[in-house]
Amino acid sequence: MLELSLNVLDIAQNSVVAGATVVELTVTEETARNRLTLTIRDNGCGMTPEQLARVRDPFFTTRTTRKVGMGIPLFRVAAEAANGSLDIESEQGVGTTVTALFELRHIDRMPLGDMVGTVTTLIRLNPELDIVYRHTVDGEEFAFDTASLRPILGEVSLAESEVMEWITANLAEGVTALNSQA
Amino acid sequence: MKSIAELQAIRDKARERIAVRDGAQDGTRVVVGMATCGIAAGARSVMNAFVDEIAKRHVEHVAVVQTGCIGMCQFEPIVEVLAPGKEKVTYGKVTPEMVAKIVTDHLVNGNPVAEYTVANLMK
Ligand SMILES: Nc1ncnc2c1ncn2[C@@H]1O[C@H](COP(=O)(O)OP(=O)(O)OP(=O)(O)O)[C@@H](O)[C@H]1O
Ligand SMILES: [Mg+2]
Repeated sequence: MLELSLNVLDIAQNSVVAGATVVELTVTEETARNRLTLTIRDNGCGMTPEQLARVRDPFFTTRTTRKVGMGIPLFRVAAEAANGSLDIESEQGVGTTVTALFELRHIDRMPLGDMVGTVTTLIRLNPELDIVYRHTVDGEEFAFDTASLRPILGEVSLAESEVMEWITANLAEGVTALNSQA
Repeated sequence: MKSIAELQAIRDKARERIAVRDGAQDGTRVVVGMATCGIAAGARSVMNAFVDEIAKRHVEHVAVVQTGCIGMCQFEPIVEVLAPGKEKVTYGKVTPEMVAKIVTDHLVNGNPVAEYTVANLMK
């Protein structure tokens, strides 16, 4: 993947397939600790301990159109290339949390890229899904939650193009403000 | 910051549009492969290009939806167009630059873009 935000989108797609109703994406940048942490947490079907053990093995998949799963192995490779690691916690019937650690300033760390594009793509494709996005740069936080918009929108879908424009602008403003602070 | 008042105004406008739209019959589906193979090949920007172009051209009755891996990873990003009463058209190695033509020729005028199809790529 050319940017980490695409890995995040891909891992969040696993959550969608797992039937999640809430997916929480967090980005934490810590300059002093030289660390970038990405987490994708869902309340989907989760995995049994045996499944989890196999997923930690590269190339496990429950898909049927292709023999190997690539999403988690690719994310792991990206983390390890930046002297980091990937951890998966999962419980059946509860959900799954994928956490990737990176050295923030590692020469081989892929750029975070367009997280706004990742969040808006997830919303467009899954307007019923509740998405929480939390982005922290050195303790300064921007948070966004689709659930807070639903009472305002009523029956109007998040995927309506003007609503998506509003969301995109809202996210872009929030993320830009964070980065100008750093 | 983007204001809640703005969002409320957007909602009210959308409600009027939805009321008009709901009278129509089933529309065309643009299906984008969004598994790892698709995303790695650029499906995110292709999907967004479709949504933007469809909104910009005010093309009605078209839904952009996702699917998983359909087993032709080498042709990702793959986009299938399913129009009511027509045979499915499968486009391969789609880039955002190709989207405007697919929207105009295929979605608006009903003429699939043969050169962009997987069938053509396999020749
Ligand atoms: N959030 C999740 N909840 C439940 N099961 C999961 C989750 N994430 C991954 N899995 C399980 O782990 C397997 C491997 O995931 P991975 O993303 O590596 O590959 P894939 O999704 O099967 O295929 P690909 O990502 O290549 O399209 C999945 O098939 C699924 O069984
Ligand atoms: Mg996957």
